[in-house]
Amino acid sequence: MERSIKRYLPIFVIPTMAAFAIGFIIPFIMGIWLSFCEFTTVTDATFVGISNYIKAVQDAMFVHSFWYTALFAVVSLVVINVIAFLLALALTQNMRGTNLFRTVFFMPNLIGGIVLGYIWQLIFNGILAPYGKALALNEWYGFVGLVILVAWQQIGYMMIIYIAGLQSIPGDVNEAAAIDGANGITRLFKITIPMMMPSITICTFLSITNGFKLFDQNLSLTAGEPSKLSEMMAMNIYQTFFGRVGWEGVGQAKAVIFFLIVVGIGLIQLRMTRSKEVQQ
Amino acid sequence: MKRKEKLSWAGTGLFTFLCIFYILPIIIVLFNSFKKKAYINLEPFTLPTDKTFVGTENYLNAIDQYGLLEAVGWTVFITVGSVLVILVCTSMCAWYITRVKNRFTKGVYLLCVFSMVVPFQMVMFTLSLVADRLGLNTPWGIIIIYLGFGAGLAVFMFCGFVKSIPIEIEEAALIDGCSPLRMFFSVVLPIMKPTYISVGILETMWIWNDFLLPYLVLDTNKYKTVSIVIQYMKGSFGRVDMGAIMAALILAVIPVVVFYLSCQKHIIKGVAAGAVKG
Repeated sequence: MERSIKRYLPIFVIPTMAAFAIGFIIPFIMGIWLSFCEFTTVTDATFVGISNYIKAVQDAMFVHSFWYTALFAVVSLVVINVIAFLLALALTQNMRGTNLFRTVFFMPNLIGGIVLGYIWQLIFNGILAPYGKALALNEWYGFVGLVILVAWQQIGYMMIIYIAGLQSIPGDVNEAAAIDGANGITRLFKITIPMMMPSITICTFLSITNGFKLFDQNLSLTAGEPSKLSEMMAMNIYQTFFGRVGWEGVGQAKAVIFFLIVVGIGLIQLRMTRSKEVQQ
Repeated sequence: MKRKEKLSWAGTGLFTFLCIFYILPIIIVLFNSFKKKAYINLEPFTLPTDKTFVGTENYLNAIDQYGLLEAVGWTVFITVGSVLVILVCTSMCAWYITRVKNRFTKGVYLLCVFSMVVPFQMVMFTLSLVADRLGLNTPWGIIIIYLGFGAGLAVFMFCGFVKSIPIEIEEAALIDGCSPLRMFFSVVLPIMKPTYISVGILETMWIWNDFLLPYLVLDTNKYKTVSIVIQYMKGSFGRVDMGAIMAALILAVIPVVVFYLSCQKHIIKGVAAGAVKG
């Protein structure tokens, strides 16, 4: 069979691969090359070695944005996953209306980041205004605001994954434990959570990488105010590219660093939770 | 038994309350969209009164002055076009690289998996240069960019499914004299229908809401998507028209809610399937 379909390569594979080359492979390779160059457009690129990387790590705002992003990713990971897990537990109980409730909790996930940011900007500024405060006045208002916004957006998504995980646990395991005298809390920690580890791996992986890559919500909710203090890594890179003439090479170097951080954290996280998974 | 029943009703009550609280932000934006713009920042949490009610003025402003309807049209065009192209091209590619095993197809598969972890910031600057150079800065051209940048996840998900199709069905069709192309469309494609729905939904959610890629790639003087228009309304200099923004937010949310309510079963299944594989 392989032989007869082999010559159909141009029809089956080439369209996707051509677009993939334009949309990913070429920009990726160019990106790595340009991170070692100084340029404003590609034609005037000159090789400058690692000086872009040195400038990038010496940029105090870039380092600040790294810590701000890392803290955000960890806090949002905990908030999203704890609430989503509890919701999934509650909405798999025998109760009327669980399907409707799942529908409602999932809905914010479909709304785009820019729209979400402006919806919550109205709400937060409305809450803060009577106290003479605003989101743009303090980086930690923006931080809490972003955590609430992202939690609102992603809890439903993670909840759906956790519900799928909960439903795949065979009922007899829990029953057997109940007959042996294990109470609800013991069953949760000794049976449900260990058997849910594959779902937990996926959800924590998604929420930590989403946290690091956050851009739209950051741009629309705080736009980096006050004076770039609430700028996260993705936005700092964007501003370096398009806000500072002559810094395009540094922006590309920051992007490469950012890429390595995201991949590194994803791999560490996968290794940490995968090792706790049990065979069913 | 009686006690259990009561507990279940209490749960339903509690969650009804929680759900109303959960969608409150959207409701607040909805009634603010009917207020005079000066009152929106002053009293965002009150219902419109006789004094502050403006009817549909905000909506008309958003449509007239900011070209919102046109933006909705382009967003629909880009989303539908890209998703269709992605589904057809990547499923064919995935089927081929799963069925024909050699070094090239293995490399293609690994590249696709690799591309899923690369953040957009890594390629955004060079991608916008490439797109500009190739003249892909139109709603038609951006479909090619979306096919390229979205190929990773789609190929990966289709490959996972193709592996589970018994190869005997395809062999039988080929022996009966079917050409591989016809065999793909009349045998493989119908079997993969659930995966098409899952991938289609994931890609739709991504492209409809995407902001940065169209913002950098499209010629924004001529073509804008909904997210771009909203960002322009807020980011442009001069006075920010809060009324028009509220109306635009509602108009951006309505299609999403309609889409969601009309095929929520598939959406929820698609998300669960995508997550297990991704």
